[in-house]
Amino acid sequence: MATAAASRQLSASERLRRSIGNGRVSAVLILLPPALILFTLFVILPLGESGYYSFFNWNGYGSPTDFVGLENYQRIAGHSIFHKAIGNTVKIVAISLLIQMPLAMVMALLIYRKTPTNALFRLVFFLPYILAEVAAGLIWSFVFDGNYGVTASIARSMGVESFFILADRDWAFVAVMTVIVWKYFGFHMMIYIAALQSVPEDLIEAGRIEGAKRLQIVRYVQLPHIKPAIIVSAFFAIIGALQVFDVIIPLTNGGPSNQTHTIVTYLYTYGLTRLNIGFGSAVGVILFIAAITVAVFYQRVFMKGDKP
Amino acid sequence: MTRGHLLRNIFRVGFLCLVASFVLAPMLATVLGGFKTNAEIRTSAFGLPESWNWEFYDSIVADPAFWRYLGNSLLISSVAVVLTLIVGAAAAYVFAQIKFFGSRMLFSYLLMGLMFPFATAILPLFIKVRDVGLLDTWWAVILPQTAFSLSLAILLFRTFFEQLPKELFEAAYIDGCGYVRFFWRFTLPLSAPILATVGVFVFVQSWNNFLLPLVVLNSREVFTWPLGMMQFRGEYVTEWNRTLAFVTLTLVPAIVFFLAAQKYIVAGLTGGAVKG
Repeated sequence: MATAAASRQLSASERLRRSIGNGRVSAVLILLPPALILFTLFVILPLGESGYYSFFNWNGYGSPTDFVGLENYQRIAGHSIFHKAIGNTVKIVAISLLIQMPLAMVMALLIYRKTPTNALFRLVFFLPYILAEVAAGLIWSFVFDGNYGVTASIARSMGVESFFILADRDWAFVAVMTVIVWKYFGFHMMIYIAALQSVPEDLIEAGRIEGAKRLQIVRYVQLPHIKPAIIVSAFFAIIGALQVFDVIIPLTNGGPSNQTHTIVTYLYTYGLTRLNIGFGSAVGVILFIAAITVAVFYQRVFMKGDKP
Repeated sequence: MTRGHLLRNIFRVGFLCLVASFVLAPMLATVLGGFKTNAEIRTSAFGLPESWNWEFYDSIVADPAFWRYLGNSLLISSVAVVLTLIVGAAAAYVFAQIKFFGSRMLFSYLLMGLMFPFATAILPLFIKVRDVGLLDTWWAVILPQTAFSLSLAILLFRTFFEQLPKELFEAAYIDGCGYVRFFWRFTLPLSAPILATVGVFVFVQSWNNFLLPLVVLNSREVFTWPLGMMQFRGEYVTEWNRTLAFVTLTLVPAIVFFLAAQKYIVAGLTGGAVKG
């Protein structure tokens, strides 16, 4: 503070000289542009181009000339496989909110206290999250394999005819969702654990002294206290559902008969592998709008007053 | 009271073990599967192998392609981390230290990357990378990845830099230390914890990335390990034991890295998440 006062006493001309000499301006000009250039070139520009390309019928070679207006969007809107992809994304959100997050919460409540055994369980439950999605997908494509897999062994040992879950139109996506719960519940659990550890112990103690049951303490003390963490974890679950891709490719690659596409696998399959750059870009724009809508809606509804 | 307590504890541990086995069983089956013959996998997916066949693991470890995939991934991830840390910290430092016209606007601009998924712009990115001639090179993965990591890095860095004691800068300033030098000499060394947290995050993201390499890399010489693994799976469709051995060998570095960097991963996850 003393030095601050001293610097304030310097004469105006001295301060000007220093601010130039010490490179205030040059600091901005040296340190800021790399980030701005990289970000503009590889994030913002491609995003803008997505919007532009989406109005063309274009295979990616030469420059886009075949302007089709909103035709790409119309084709997407009328495409039953896209509807399926949207439906699957909604299913992932539902499973995340109804099964994954409650499971994560139960686990968090059981092991949030700092003991060695709890630390071990925490590690185990978090393990799937640190694996690459592709690795997780491959592991489970083995588990579900109708000839060699774990489920096949179990079925045979029970004397049931084993079948190929991942090749079954009705069950393939159930399998995909199982993998998603397996992979991500530990992530949500960790968020809850951190929040639960910040609940003041006196509050819980006070509740106990007043004779509250364990469940009542959870319901009236702990859950209200960690509401912000729950809101954040739900946000991650929804945004995550919009991006599911890596897991699907090794598991089903979108099949059987396009039953397990998500928005991104749809974009990849119909945009990139068939070089329909215009069509794929339109899917990208729709994905972008969905993500922004979720983010803005979420901020309006849940995070009001959190930030100035 | 104590009996009810005991009962409840048994129940609790039982449930924990049940979920733990749901989590671990697929991984265990994978590790063991790498030791079995395919006939044996078919008859017992779970049990211990009758004889421990190391040949499938051996053949992968002896394959130079396997190491090349891992090496490529290591290189790409490392460069992405270094670039993100330097470029991101430099920008965050400006936002934290220097007030100038338009700084708030530029800051919000750089945070836009937090709002939408990487996949939205993947096609134009592919076109751009192709047109500048970077297709099938490491830079095609490194540069977009760095650019997308910048938003989170700048957000976290700025918060941290603003909490550094102001007196330090004023003292250095009086001694004639300029902004850029102060950044190198003081801000970066003092920020080791946040640099580590962000670095670990960017590394893991880059190491596990599948979509971007899938789109911009074509030849096996430059493949990252997830691409290599899918390639391998495609070649040995009927031989699960080889694929399982390959997967197991890629799990090892992930788990070792996690155990080593656990502190930072958990700190970044919960710190970032709880603050929103």
